[in-house]
Amino acid sequence: MRPLTDEETKTMFEKLSKYIGENIKLLVDRPDGVYCFRLHNDRVYYMSEKILKLATNVARDKLVSVGTCFGKFTKTGKFRLHITALDFLAPYAKFKVWVKPGTEQSFLYGNHVLKSGLGRITENTSQYQGVVVYSMADVPLGFGVAAKTTQECRRMDPMSIVVFHQADVGEFIRNEDTLT
Amino acid sequence: MASSVEDVLAKAEQDEAEKLKSITVVKGLDLEFDIGNLLAHDKNQVDVREFRGQKKEEFLRALARDNTQLLVNEIWKLPTERVDEAIVVKLPTPSTRLPREKPAPKPRPPTKWEEFAKLKGIQKKKNRGNLVWDEVAKEWKRRFGYKRVKDNTKEWLIEVPVTADPMEDQFQKRNVAKKERVAKNELNRLRNIARSQKIKVPGVGLTPTSEPSKTDLVRACDVAKVSTASHGKFQDRLPKEKPQRNMGKKRKFQPLIGDFSSERQKQLDILKVIDGKRPRIDVNKAVNKQMREDDREEAAARFKGKGKRGRSDSKGGRGGRGGKGRGGKPGGEAEHI
Repeated sequence: MRPLTDEETKTMFEKLSKYIGENIKLLVDRPDGVYCFRLHNDRVYYMSEKILKLATNVARDKLVSVGTCFGKFTKTGKFRLHITALDFLAPYAKFKVWVKPGTEQSFLYGNHVLKSGLGRITENTSQYQGVVVYSMADVPLGFGVAAKTTQECRRMDPMSIVVFHQADVGEFIRNEDTLT
Repeated sequence: MASSVEDVLAKAEQDEAEKLKSITVVKGLDLEFDIGNLLAHDKNQVDVREFRGQKKEEFLRALARDNTQLLVNEIWKLPTERVDEAIVVKLPTPSTRLPREKPAPKPRPPTKWEEFAKLKGIQKKKNRGNLVWDEVAKEWKRRFGYKRVKDNTKEWLIEVPVTADPMEDQFQKRNVAKKERVAKNELNRLRNIARSQKIKVPGVGLTPTSEPSKTDLVRACDVAKVSTASHGKFQDRLPKEKPQRNMGKKRKFQPLIGDFSSERQKQLDILKVIDGKRPRIDVNKAVNKQMREDDREEAAARFKGKGKRGRSDSKGGRGGRGGKGRGGKPGGEAEHI
């Protein structure tokens, strides 16, 4: 486990800012304690200082997970968000998409959101903007990338994709063994 | 006078007896001896009552003395010699097997080739013998090494290949090639030794090449730069020269539990830089706003101009405007589709 380098921090923040914009500041600078990002096994974990200090007692090769996993760095140095980060992304999300009850299941099985399943969408969503997907009952289901702008969405045919699937809470079951 | 002589004799006799007593020890069972190791093994049972009754230390000391006496007696039975005023005994070979003092040596770690051979399943040829019959010379010759059979550096005639340069000395070429192979083998041998000793092998450095590539030249330049008395510390830079890469600079990470406030400050600084790159004005948003306004105006104009006929066209525009648009919340604006 080690702190992130500047380069890594930048890569991660750029990815996070696609979803929560400048709200990352609220994650870094928290009034309720000192929280930090730590890299372990190429994965970024977000944890309080207290847990970090406890985790130092565990040998590096024995440590499976600590705090909340935000995502991982790929071999090419890109950052990929994991569904585990949803708890921290959802409250600060700038752009949201609500899906209709019938499409919820399809999305949770890892499919893209089609225009027919789109309930609501935040205004002024630009193309390829990171969005958090909610059910109509305002339960966060996952996140994705807007395939079309809000404007374009209106004129689309019902079978075209409006949100590309990136991660959903169904992964907690589907990828149970690899998700840390 | 007579009495005194008797006394002396008696005393001498007593002394003799005492002396004998001190070297004779009576034991129930004979001891087992391994004189080669100067070892005696007493199988007699220890009298527990005596051990408890007497002072323990004294009892043990007496027992040790007796047994040592027996051992010394045994040594004296061996043939003695006199060497430089000292009586010496040649001890027989030890019979007790002792465990070795140091751990058994580890097997030699496999060489790079052995590892590779194991991976590929290449097996050593079984004992082919060192000598081979040479048909030409009619004698037995070595398979490898000095005076070997089929020594291609000793041939008296070599055909010049068609593709080769006719002026090139083929004999010279073979000799050079052989020498290079030998040198390479030697280097690999040393590398294997270094690897087995876990010593860090320094890089080969710059090897001369006939046509140096760009990377070779860059490397040569880098090596030349640090090859000063001060390791290139005071070396000037060319105006547009890039810093050297891969010159032994190690990655260095911040401590795991360091200064949290400075870490946070650093992250906030990074955020500030990222924020600064984002355009102040959202072009998309502005364009959308403009488009919507245009839409609305157009629809209004149509509605006004054509009355009931334009109804189906204007429906889309109206739908977009309705509902959430009125809420006016900056972040939570959403629209039904």
